[in-house]
Amino acid sequence: MALELKNVGKKVGADVHIHPTDLTFEPGSFNILLGTTLAGKTTLMQMMAGLEKPTSGEVWFDGRNVTGTAVQKRNVSMVYQQFINYPNMSVFDNIASPLRVARLPAEEIRTRVGEMAELMRISAMLDRRPSELSGGQQQRTAMARALVKDSDLILLDEPLANLDFKLREEMRDELPRLFAERNCVVVYATTEPTEALLLGGQTAAMHEGRVVDFGPTGDIYRNPSGLESAKVFSEPPINLARASVKSGWVLLDEGVSWKADKGLAEGEYTIGIRPHHVSPVRQSTRSVVIEGKVKVAELTGSESIIHFHAHDHPWVSLSHGVHPFETGRFARFYADMSKCFYFDADGHLVDLSPAGKAA
Amino acid sequence: MARITLKNLKHAYMPNPVNDEDWALKELNLDWDDGGAYALLGPSGCGKTTLLNLISGLLTPSHGSILFDDHDVTRLPPEQRKIAQVFQFPVVYDTMTVYDNLAFPLRNRGVDETTVNKRVLEVAEMNDLTATLGNRASGLTADGKQKISLGRGLVRTDVNAILFDEPLTVIDPHLKFQLRSKLKELHTRVPNTMIYVTHDQTEAITFADKVVVMNVGEVVQVGTPKELFEEPHHTFVGHFIGSPGMNVLACEVKNGHAYIAGKKIATANKAVAKAGKSEIGVRPEFVKFARQGLEARVVKVSDAGRFSVVETDSAGGRVRLLVEEGGAIPSETARLEFDPAATRIYSNGWLAGREGRP
Amino acid sequence: MNKTVNQKAWFFVAPVLILVAFNAIVPLMTVVNYSVQETFGDNVFFWAGLRWFEEILRSPRFHDALGRQLFFTGTILAIEIPLGVIIALAMPRKGPWVSVCLVLMAMPLLIPWNVVGAMWNIFGLPEIGLLGKTLNTIGFDYNYTRQPGDAWFTLILMDVWHWTSLVVLLAYAGLVSIPDAYYQAARIDGASSWAIFRYIQLPKMKRVLTIAVLLRFMDSFNIYTEPSVLTGGGPGNSTTLLSLDLVKIALGQFDLGPAAAMSLIYFLVILLFSWIFYTVMTRGEEQ
Repeated sequence: MALELKNVGKKVGADVHIHPTDLTFEPGSFNILLGTTLAGKTTLMQMMAGLEKPTSGEVWFDGRNVTGTAVQKRNVSMVYQQFINYPNMSVFDNIASPLRVARLPAEEIRTRVGEMAELMRISAMLDRRPSELSGGQQQRTAMARALVKDSDLILLDEPLANLDFKLREEMRDELPRLFAERNCVVVYATTEPTEALLLGGQTAAMHEGRVVDFGPTGDIYRNPSGLESAKVFSEPPINLARASVKSGWVLLDEGVSWKADKGLAEGEYTIGIRPHHVSPVRQSTRSVVIEGKVKVAELTGSESIIHFHAHDHPWVSLSHGVHPFETGRFARFYADMSKCFYFDADGHLVDLSPAGKAA
Repeated sequence: MARITLKNLKHAYMPNPVNDEDWALKELNLDWDDGGAYALLGPSGCGKTTLLNLISGLLTPSHGSILFDDHDVTRLPPEQRKIAQVFQFPVVYDTMTVYDNLAFPLRNRGVDETTVNKRVLEVAEMNDLTATLGNRASGLTADGKQKISLGRGLVRTDVNAILFDEPLTVIDPHLKFQLRSKLKELHTRVPNTMIYVTHDQTEAITFADKVVVMNVGEVVQVGTPKELFEEPHHTFVGHFIGSPGMNVLACEVKNGHAYIAGKKIATANKAVAKAGKSEIGVRPEFVKFARQGLEARVVKVSDAGRFSVVETDSAGGRVRLLVEEGGAIPSETARLEFDPAATRIYSNGWLAGREGRP
Repeated sequence: MNKTVNQKAWFFVAPVLILVAFNAIVPLMTVVNYSVQETFGDNVFFWAGLRWFEEILRSPRFHDALGRQLFFTGTILAIEIPLGVIIALAMPRKGPWVSVCLVLMAMPLLIPWNVVGAMWNIFGLPEIGLLGKTLNTIGFDYNYTRQPGDAWFTLILMDVWHWTSLVVLLAYAGLVSIPDAYYQAARIDGASSWAIFRYIQLPKMKRVLTIAVLLRFMDSFNIYTEPSVLTGGGPGNSTTLLSLDLVKIALGQFDLGPAAAMSLIYFLVILLFSWIFYTVMTRGEEQ
């Protein structure tokens, strides 16, 4: 029961919301749509669900074209960012509602709701109304309702975004377990790269209505296909700088240079280097020194995030431990250029070694 | 600009509080230095918003007093306390331009237009609003609107403190990072006392010089981010700050030392003989795979990019540790070593030898 | 594509379409038909072209009625909108009094229109009505059946009494939807009550007030029952509004052609004013 998008696009008037997209999600897979707000994640999901009709292309499910099939006939579940429950029903009735629609016998409804509540750790709340629950419990109820029926497709649209930080961490930890034994297609939208990484599965990186990259989450993170994908998948934001390659050397506008990797053709590039490869201490023999004026130093106790400007170009460094810096002072940072990405004029990643370099 | 002192401050929303649980905010004594950047951190319902509203004057405490520079303001309404506040949802005056929004608090106070103009331009420059000064405020994005709300506080020269109530809630994640460092940068440029309320540990510890951690109506620890990270005074602080939080393992105590499954664990502090629950707390950052140490079984490995979070099962319970990108991870059974300087004994939740509230 | 799903929708919409056709389209076409012909009944028609339209547009009688109509509508809008906003601002926003106030406000809206007319008819009678008798007792020479000024006064007072509540309810709905943070921010910014009204409450009420003005404008242009029961357009023609005049021509004189032309003009006037008003009020919102 794979979900296939064939050339699916969405235009509203002259605005292109989703550029024609091809994607295949295998049965039993956990798929993440990663992108900023307005990248098109929700629109794409709604087209997968049948809540919106694509203006071009077809949606196939389990080998059938379901493009025009109404959402009621598709066996889809959806969880939203807002905690959506029936306010006048108890938690039990909320979870039971899709089963009642399916006219299951009362006995079976009771067992399945009981099991699901157990899994979601809301067994003690079954008699309460949603308004008497905490935000996390309300969202668990909404999720339980989505998962209690055997849907073929489960769509989760930033389900943890409105939860407290710690609660989000806990639920993120539990989520993959909930889907582990199902054979359905799960699609999960998020704006946070760390969340995507920890959830694993496969990631489709989205930018301005386009899927710019798709593959196993860790691979996309380590080998982004291009500039946009690398930007979407970096938190804190990736450092970008213009560079030119000439006679075997890479030169930055800031006057920094290092020996170019083999196979890097002469020309103009954009280099991308993630903040944790820019450090106040030398990390590798291939580190180059970038000197800059410290703008802000954020010390978290375990890490230091230093924002500095080198020749008016902003850089961010992220390192272990506490490295106090006085703002306004000049300081030296070491960028490990063996970990840097080279993007050509079109924003494509330049593949330097067939073995694939570890980011 | 003022030093803020909270004296025996307590608050209950009900008229006659009897039990401990009736107090939304339990008794509290705190001193906040003039010009400091503070954060109130805790989960929903911990009383942090109550405390913020008491400081701003939107609530009057049922007990105790609030002093700004030794001047009692407990019964003063918000407008007389000279504070500024940035709310969770951006508040801008829709029909006004950005310029008029920034000028509003000054004009209300009868400041002459030359001064208004000077202040507005200064603040707009600090907040990167110069280019949009002539635009209608309603057309701006959420982060732009929050900068205006903040700007309305910054234009005033009489402000005792600027309060932030979860100001990044409606901001896009990729802009959160920028706005967060902007706030930090602003604090280095203006001498105001700033108080930032949030449930997000990252926001709290990156913004504040000192973080006040709260849980169920009481302050659990006040400290610099480094102190909170390195020496949590309560297992709650250890859990709440850090992602993933501190590992808390059940242990036995003999002669002041901690034992897990009969094996002695080296710790930085000694337990005081006392009945009750004893636990060992150690952050994932200070746990390593080693030849010797606590026996454990690897249960789950999550790739977080620059490191992996490895979850293991041991005799003391679940232990998580961080392994650098590319580091070796044993496939099944392993032994764990805790850094003794960062491993501590907690009795009944509180750091042993340091029991009692701050 | 699976077309059957779409066609099911037509099935549900059909009853409404049929209803609208009988209710609006057929009568409208009949009126258009009448407006370009001359008829004396008995299904005998003569082509009249645009003659009726020219006649109506030139007739002083139509001008007077339109003038009275605009005066009436302008006056009640000028009173009801500010008064409604003031009452809405004065109403409590929390607590047990909210529902009491809301019920009180809804009361005039629940009374049938002809009853409102009859009530004020009696209320204003100089000999026995509470209003009429009181005014005369304290020295005013008040008689709405004889003096045009008094008739206007009563007519407007009646409309204000009947319809201000609608404005109040709409404005109130706009007010309670403003989050507390706005008021708190304004207090912190040191804003006066006037500034709070001008920069927070009024902008946030703009949408509902637009609706209120539109509703009141269209309703007051269409008003018939109450003035017909209260004054019947008199004394003389002094309170003969457009709708009253229209009925006089159509039913009183049985001039179906001119009446049809007039009602079309009438319809276009309302449409035009509403459109202008709506465009002006919502301009600049969609940037």
